[in-house]
Amino acid sequence: MHYKAIAGWLTTAVAASALSVAPLSAQAAACEKQGGTLVYAVRGTPRHLNPAVQSGIATGVPGTQLFAAPLRFDENWNAQPYLAERWETSDDGLTMTLHLVKGATFHDGQPITSQDVAFSIATVKANHPFKTMFEPVAEVLTPDAHTAVLKLSKPHPALELAMSSQLLSIIPKHIYGDGHDPKKHPRNSENLVGSGAFKLVEFKRGEHIILTRNENYFLPGKPCLDKIVIRIIKDNNARIIALDKGEVHMAAFEAGPTDINRLKKNKNLEVTPRGYSAIGPINWLAFNTARKPMSDKRVRQAIAYAVDRNFITQALLRGTAEVATGPIVPGSPYYNGEVALYDVDLDKANRLLDEAGFPKGSDGTRFGLTVDYIPPVQKSLAEYLKPQLKKIGIGVTVRAAPDFPTWAKRVGGHDFDISWDIVFNWGDPVIGVHRTYLSTNIRKGVIWSNTQGYANPEVDELLDRAGRETDVEKRQALYAEFQKIVADELPVYWTHTLPYHTIYSKKLGNPPLTIWGTSSPLDSLYWK
Amino acid sequence: MAAPAGAAVLSKASFYTVQFLALVSQRVFYGLALLLAVIILNFFLIYLAPGDIADTIAGDMGGATAEVMAQIRADYGLDRPVLEQLAVYLGKMAQLDLGHSFFFNRPVTGLIYERLPATLLLVITAQVVAVLCGTVLGIIAAQKPNGWFSHAVTVTALLGFAAPVFWTGLMFIILFASVFPLFPVAGMMDASLETGFFGRAVDVAHHLVLPVLTLSTIFFASYSRIARASMLDVLGADYVRTARAKGLTERMVVYKHALRNALLPVVTIAGLQFSQIVSGAVLVETVFSWPGLGTLALEAILGRDTPTILGILFFSSLLVVIANILTDLTYRMVDPRIKTGADV
Repeated sequence: MHYKAIAGWLTTAVAASALSVAPLSAQAAACEKQGGTLVYAVRGTPRHLNPAVQSGIATGVPGTQLFAAPLRFDENWNAQPYLAERWETSDDGLTMTLHLVKGATFHDGQPITSQDVAFSIATVKANHPFKTMFEPVAEVLTPDAHTAVLKLSKPHPALELAMSSQLLSIIPKHIYGDGHDPKKHPRNSENLVGSGAFKLVEFKRGEHIILTRNENYFLPGKPCLDKIVIRIIKDNNARIIALDKGEVHMAAFEAGPTDINRLKKNKNLEVTPRGYSAIGPINWLAFNTARKPMSDKRVRQAIAYAVDRNFITQALLRGTAEVATGPIVPGSPYYNGEVALYDVDLDKANRLLDEAGFPKGSDGTRFGLTVDYIPPVQKSLAEYLKPQLKKIGIGVTVRAAPDFPTWAKRVGGHDFDISWDIVFNWGDPVIGVHRTYLSTNIRKGVIWSNTQGYANPEVDELLDRAGRETDVEKRQALYAEFQKIVADELPVYWTHTLPYHTIYSKKLGNPPLTIWGTSSPLDSLYWK
Repeated sequence: MAAPAGAAVLSKASFYTVQFLALVSQRVFYGLALLLAVIILNFFLIYLAPGDIADTIAGDMGGATAEVMAQIRADYGLDRPVLEQLAVYLGKMAQLDLGHSFFFNRPVTGLIYERLPATLLLVITAQVVAVLCGTVLGIIAAQKPNGWFSHAVTVTALLGFAAPVFWTGLMFIILFASVFPLFPVAGMMDASLETGFFGRAVDVAHHLVLPVLTLSTIFFASYSRIARASMLDVLGADYVRTARAKGLTERMVVYKHALRNALLPVVTIAGLQFSQIVSGAVLVETVFSWPGLGTLALEAILGRDTPTILGILFFSSLLVVIANILTDLTYRMVDPRIKTGADV
């Protein structure tokens, strides 16, 4: 099933310069009903609204409404036409040609041309933190106003995903090409001229973002809603109550197990974990492999045998999360679950620690470790480790951090023994997975790099090949091998995917359930 | 004969004016020195906190490369020596420039002015409600200090004061927004509502009720306790006994004679409370997603947005200093028994 899904996704898998025209999706059909306002709650104020120069979900949710991307994806990882009505990749995987929708315009009425696509790619390449997305793009040719040809220095199977959702927003060259630093451009948050389904009316920090229907959107008849009010409600309890009583119609990235289970009982609301497979948030226990005793594989494995993934997902998270068995999320086409699973086995854990040369002392303790965690979400996980690892003779000291930057400084600076962590896949493994395991990405001071100090030349080699392998089956085989190795060596121990849920009123039709969820255009969402 | 007497009066008046001006300039000088100390202390305090804006931006973006992080630090001058950063900041402050927010890339002054009205609306309304309710109930309670009403007021005041304000807020939300859906849960207005000025005013007032109720529970305690205590004090005074002896009604005695004097301490407290506008509202604003200075301060601290944190701290210290100077001067003008600092 996965194979079939990917066949449509990676055009290069199909031989001979195949022209990929995705089937007419539900997205292209006219709205079943027009009009109405959606009130959508988010937890924080984005820095600004231009995803081309600002990553992260806070900017992505409004950003993907304001700016269109060349492609979009459905629920099964199939690329769909968006601003590019069709596209093709050459046999050698070194050229991709985008054919843009004709007559598409920015919010100020200026036409969207291949010049803007080339400019957007250059801007993202220069300013976006995910350097692997467009690093192989050597140049973008613009033979005519509606054709953009991407020339690659090496085959780059992640390219289609990198051209979807918030990863490649098409921004107007006539606005952002004025010489200002695009990261600090004043029009990233006011007088914003976008290319997407909705236009910006007002952005009040700490309060709301108001979007209104783009009457001249390039997809005829869309969007269905007249207005989207994105309300910034920082307090979790207030946001949940607002959803419960219908003051807010939709919220995404909700991860509180109690809240999720409580809202499931509300008969006016739908609560779903779908829509997060591209974001791919994995929770794991990171080992500082540069320090003793975590440098010994047997110690890492022993800890894994003592940590019960099912207890975490079923008891701590009350059944709202899924077990993660490796570096790639279960929803991804490259996921492989046939790896070492570490079902709880305390005897084996104790044996491994004995073998590693850490006998129990007279007080039953072998050695002590500190554990860090991201406050406040992972507090219960950190506390869970204390009694659990005591069973195998490891004394745990929980090091609390008052806020995120404090934690990031410690882990980014390699100043930790073991730490809970959360890292996103961001669609393709090249974008969000490689960074944790490549030995070339051990960068002190950089959070979510290879902070574990893990180095294995075989893994480096496998990732390098998988990053440029355009044949889907071969690529899957390379990633399967990679997953097997890291699951044995355990630079980190993956426990679960975050219990992100989207909560929405049952009166809403076409909810955002694609792989990008709410980080994709809500142009077919409508009030029944 | 009249002329020398007039001259004497004049010279006495001008003597007081000079003395007064000396006092004012002395207070202003102390105030400025205090502000400088506040800025420098806060600067180092934030510098000592682990993590900086590059870490928060990287966290916000789902990761970043070493080059991107170095670029962010270079952009904001964080790669410079700390004393140089301080010197640059003080230089800007001297020109009354609070700098640019790292996180929002906007002038800090603009961010503060944008949020100030919401905070003023919330805090002033809460103060007015608390002063009125607290004083009235405190004074009624003082008339029968051991009656059930007095005890009820005392218990309510102490409960309101002792309960954590975010908890009180949540309880109000659950009770008056969820169980009995009378008021909105969060925010300052319903942005999806298309309405004119009057409709908007009603909308904001509707959103204002619960946060004001929550915030006034803290202030209410001090006002009602002080009003009650000072009323009791005054009611025992000789002139009140005289008034009663004259045969005045109890109502006349309490409201005509005692009340004015009993109110003085309340007014003093109200003046001092005003200086705590920003600090008092942080928790309430957070619970109710009230878009004021408190939520901005919290966002700035969590984001290690140094210029914004320093800007807000500077702004609130400025309010404290000004309020203190004014209170100081008012005292001396109102009550001649307090000697001016220059005499001592």
